[in-house]
Amino acid sequence: MSEVGGAGSIVVTGVCGRLGKRVVRLLHREHKVIGVDRRPFPDKPKDVLHEQVDIRRKKLKDVFRHGEVKAVVHLGVMHDPRASASEHHEWNVAGFAKLLEYVQQFKVPKLVVLSSANVYGPQAGNAQFLTEDAPLLGGARFSEIRDLIEVDMLAQGFFWKHPATETVILRPVHILGTVRNAPSNFLRLPTVPTLMGFDPMIQVIHEADVVGAIASALLPGKRGIFNIAGPEPLPLSHAIRILGRATVPVPYTLGKILVRRMWSLRLTTFPAPELDHIRYVCMVDDTRARRDLEFSPARSIEETVRAVDGDRW
Amino acid sequence: MANLARIGSFARGARALARGLLGTATGAVDGWMGTLLGEDFNRRLARVPLSLTSQGVDPFGLDPQWTKWALASAAFLHRRYFRTEVHGAANIPTGRVLLVANHSGQIPIDGALIGAALFMDVEPPRFTRAMVEKWTQTLPFVSMLFARVGQVVGVPENAQRLLEQGEALLVFPEGARGISKTFDHRYQLTEFGLGFMRLAIETNTPIVPVAVVGGEEQYVSVGNVESLAKLLGMPSFPLIPQLLLPGGQLPLPTKYRIYFGEPMQFAGDPDDDDAVMEEKVWVVKSMIQSMLNRGVKDRKHVFW
Repeated sequence: MSEVGGAGSIVVTGVCGRLGKRVVRLLHREHKVIGVDRRPFPDKPKDVLHEQVDIRRKKLKDVFRHGEVKAVVHLGVMHDPRASASEHHEWNVAGFAKLLEYVQQFKVPKLVVLSSANVYGPQAGNAQFLTEDAPLLGGARFSEIRDLIEVDMLAQGFFWKHPATETVILRPVHILGTVRNAPSNFLRLPTVPTLMGFDPMIQVIHEADVVGAIASALLPGKRGIFNIAGPEPLPLSHAIRILGRATVPVPYTLGKILVRRMWSLRLTTFPAPELDHIRYVCMVDDTRARRDLEFSPARSIEETVRAVDGDRW
Repeated sequence: MANLARIGSFARGARALARGLLGTATGAVDGWMGTLLGEDFNRRLARVPLSLTSQGVDPFGLDPQWTKWALASAAFLHRRYFRTEVHGAANIPTGRVLLVANHSGQIPIDGALIGAALFMDVEPPRFTRAMVEKWTQTLPFVSMLFARVGQVVGVPENAQRLLEQGEALLVFPEGARGISKTFDHRYQLTEFGLGFMRLAIETNTPIVPVAVVGGEEQYVSVGNVESLAKLLGMPSFPLIPQLLLPGGQLPLPTKYRIYFGEPMQFAGDPDDDDAVMEEKVWVVKSMIQSMLNRGVKDRKHVFW
């Protein structure tokens, strides 16, 4: 692997998430890795330095001050729909703004930000494959996604204002695997509820392929915004069929009421606006990533979908 | 969760039954296609080029199995119900093509019949992609059906992608204005959108003008209640007296005549002013209008 060469360390935020751990496992043999996360990191590789700090705290600056930092990988976006809006905003936007400040101040040559294809948002009038220039409308119906859009926008602003840093923004489609995100949790349900009469085409990507995309983004010379799609798109029903799950089709209006009620009773982790993801198309065109980032997913669609049952397969 | 699992197992049982029924029905339909539409139907189907992924669908969600059913129903309407006469089938080029047609008949049967004509009467058989209104995507079953039979949301990006794949794309520049015409305005083209011309120039695609005669008489609309349409979020709310009669819900079995004109090629700057585009669009529009006028004049009777 020949990511950003030379001495210095790579700072990875949100390192204690499942994706963060995978990124560290890939990088730590060849690079000095500093993980930043306020959560504990129990099974951390020995040569990884873990700074258990909150990215909003001043202490984060010490990480930059002490070792020469050659790259920052920002995975530490909080997406907990249960957390309060202000907490969310504080962490995601204010924390990220701080991080950007240090990247600029300490002249870090590379910044990789993991955004998401969800920033485009599922809409009835979406083009089948959205390019990187499509407007970020994800917040129109789902306000919790607005932080994520703001992070994406901040990173875009940084990309233009500070050309000395190679900024890469990755917008992967639904990440599947052992990760605890909404799409993986959804497909892990023993009986998968679907919306009656809706079966949109979806794109999914294996968590290991996302790590691969991050590795490609770390290569010197790579900069820009990239949609990251997995293997070929498929109808939602096919994905459920690959997993051999039973489904319960629910009419949309009833489903919305049910999910909203269950949400307020804390019986589900899915907020009602997320139903749009199993109703409308939100797929991306990854031509740019294939051409400029030279990234294409290695795993087949079957393997990608089955990854949600990680331990069993 | 236990409840959910129980519903799930019930659903599985019901699904197995449904699949059995579907299997029988598929077999029956295959036989029926053979007798009614001729062995030719299945042979033609095998010759239609489709770009499918390993999941057996195309990137826009087209499923060959669903498409077969849709084509069979369209072919039945085409051959038996509306007994369509097709003129100028040889004008359809083999590569990418933009079919520009008049829109009529309250429900888009004209689209289905043009699709059937391209499949049944054009050599080699083509599969037509059409663009559908955004709001259809909010309707359950309809949105799924449209996607499975290869109809895509009407945004320029989709159209461009399809043409770059070399597909035959059908557009109705009149849009909802055209299809919901009242009877007194039959066969008079309404205002044309300019988008199709920009698309044709940008992708260097030939335009084939299409005139459909026979659609305007299938449902006779005497008026359009705009306020009610707005309230229901629909593009129009036509008043069709025949719907009140028993059996009047079916369209009248008029005889359709479809005329394909010679391909037209346009050049220039796709981002030119609307005024420049309007001139080019006018050329296509007046061609379709004169084809329509000739078609209406030539026919001896609405029903045969």
